[in-house]
Amino acid sequence: MTQLADTHRIHLSNFARFEQTERRAAGNGHAPRPAWLEALRRAGIERFERVGFPGGRDELWRHTNFSPIAKTPFRLAGRDAVESAAAADVAGRFTFGGEAAAELVFVNGHFAPRLSRIGNDLPRGVYAGSLAEAFSAHGAQVERHLGRHADLDGNPFVALNSGFVADGAYVYFPRGAAVKGPIHLLFVSLPDGAGEPTVSHPRVLIVAEDTAEASVVESYAGTEGGAYWTNAVTEMVVGNGAAIDHNKLQQESVEAFHVGAMQVRLGRDGRFVSHNTTTGGRLTRNDLNVLLAGENADATLNGLVVIDGQQHVDNHTLLDHAAPHCPSHELYKHVLGGRATGVFKGKILVRQAAQKTDSKQTSKTLLLSDDAYMNSQPALEIYADDVKCTHGSTTGPVDESMVFYIRQRGVSLDAARHLLTYAFAADVTRRIKVGPVRRRIEDYMAAQHGLPQDLRITDLGAHDEAAR
Amino acid sequence: MATPLLEIRSLHARVAAPGGREILKGVDLTIRAGEVHAIMGKNGSGKSTLVQAVAGRETYEVTGGEILYKGRNLLELSAEERAREGVFLAFQYPVEIPGVSTSYFLRAAVNAIRKHQGEDELDAPKFLAMVREKMALLKMDKSFMNRAVNEGFSGGEKKRNEIFQMAVINPTLGLMDETDSGLDIDALKVVANGANSLRRADNAILMVTHYQRLLDYIVPDYVHVMMDGRIVRTGDKNLALELEEKGYDWVEREVKQPA
Repeated sequence: MTQLADTHRIHLSNFARFEQTERRAAGNGHAPRPAWLEALRRAGIERFERVGFPGGRDELWRHTNFSPIAKTPFRLAGRDAVESAAAADVAGRFTFGGEAAAELVFVNGHFAPRLSRIGNDLPRGVYAGSLAEAFSAHGAQVERHLGRHADLDGNPFVALNSGFVADGAYVYFPRGAAVKGPIHLLFVSLPDGAGEPTVSHPRVLIVAEDTAEASVVESYAGTEGGAYWTNAVTEMVVGNGAAIDHNKLQQESVEAFHVGAMQVRLGRDGRFVSHNTTTGGRLTRNDLNVLLAGENADATLNGLVVIDGQQHVDNHTLLDHAAPHCPSHELYKHVLGGRATGVFKGKILVRQAAQKTDSKQTSKTLLLSDDAYMNSQPALEIYADDVKCTHGSTTGPVDESMVFYIRQRGVSLDAARHLLTYAFAADVTRRIKVGPVRRRIEDYMAAQHGLPQDLRITDLGAHDEAAR
Repeated sequence: MATPLLEIRSLHARVAAPGGREILKGVDLTIRAGEVHAIMGKNGSGKSTLVQAVAGRETYEVTGGEILYKGRNLLELSAEERAREGVFLAFQYPVEIPGVSTSYFLRAAVNAIRKHQGEDELDAPKFLAMVREKMALLKMDKSFMNRAVNEGFSGGEKKRNEIFQMAVINPTLGLMDETDSGLDIDALKVVANGANSLRRADNAILMVTHYQRLLDYIVPDYVHVMMDGRIVRTGDKNLALELEEKGYDWVEREVKQPA
């Protein structure tokens, strides 16, 4: 880490300025920040000051070179753009409209109430709103969970984010609540007009009490015109018998850096489905850690990465089986073109108590060019003796015998390749239950891979294996 | 006499790889419209390579000779151009395409060909109306159109699917590569019935097979025997019966005897 030793200083001075601003705000009659929040920030920034950016041989971090992030002097993004026309424009392009039960828009990490829509039709007791407001309005609930799950000590980016916890989303589902339609959290990033790189540290807390059922979408979108960095942390607590369908759709600008850590805790009989899709960003690192803490909890992690050019995406997942009788399923697919590089590291940890674990992991990669590169690694760590864990990984180009078969029926070479690429991705996207997310990926694929006819994933037809 | 539909002259082809083995060593074959030809021969004699070379498979490199289709140089056309011009290959090993339904796949094919011929593309309802009759002909279950192409199909279903596609596409030159292998007698009859229904005065079929049995149901005008990359004998359907009786060794001995 020595070579990056000084690169974290900029974030320390950002923090000093951040603290001043916060103090001034409190002095101007804003509600004072609770002490526990101050403590979380301090713990975060101190930890980050101690460890700095990851680098070197650390097993968890060695697959991605973080120096482009470390070496860029990011300034903390301000509120200036919240009311801008550019923000409204991006929000307008990514909105789910009436299909969302609620839509919260954040601009450079700051809540933008005018661009947001929090319907009156949310069931009683459901809260979806700005985290900053929740500090005072729902302080006790937020305090109980915020910073209690994400791994501040193990992940320097979580530590850094925690230092700057100020705004983001708080979503709360009371016991038994069932929400129709997704709750959409849309994070818009606009690069600084002056060309100065900026960073935002959005924070999301999602709490589903026992037997609640809902779906939440986190979208990350940005415009080109300069480098920026999104360093997001999401914490989610899924109560006993609750079921949460979570989508993360990352469509940042290709000049952007995106680091996202998500920590999920599943209670007894809790169900969690993650659809994690990345098409944007110059450099992306996702950490998705799921703790199956209660018996018979069920986790499904589906991922799709479609990148090109010089893009790099690193997905690290952890299925932490800590209780017996828990099934988990994982399917990650990468489509890599140009000189794009992908990393998938899927760890399955089966603790001694987690007897009868049934875990299946699959990673499949399609290489569209000779210069694309994939690094896919399963990692099993098993301490229980009565478990079933399987994993499989394939990486290769488009199957030429399939291409010939399609061409022999009159379809052009390009169209044949595109069709096969689309079908490869559709195996993941068809499992996505939130219509607007699925359509957005379809649109992206169609734009990238000009498709024959009016192709939609739904037209591609049935698959034998039941989609999860 | 009219231009033959297909004229293959002294065709040489090898596996397209450095040091690739030569498989076709001078094939001559003329097929006229309205005819059905069968090529028989042992494994490795070059039968499959011949039809794949005609279809434009790039794993084989033509090193000499020519293929004329309706008097045009077929070797100048890509695989998809050949298909659009009416060359159809029913594969020996039909390929599974996960995630793409038969319905989507076949409509894309039909429309690519229609577009080439200057006809309007068909939308899904029109396409389904068009294929309904062919599905009945090949005794295909309705669910079939919504299943991924060949995925999880039995060997017999895959072969039926090939002939179903051939019936829908209605080619000018149908190449059938061992369509009969792996079929029980009932399925064979269905497949043969489908192929026979396509026979017209202006098209032709070239079948590759190991077994005379197929020729009881799709009766050929000519039977050719291939050996070591060449056609060594040509006759009528009786040649197939003779082969069945005496075996390939008989031809081999005759060929090797100096005249």
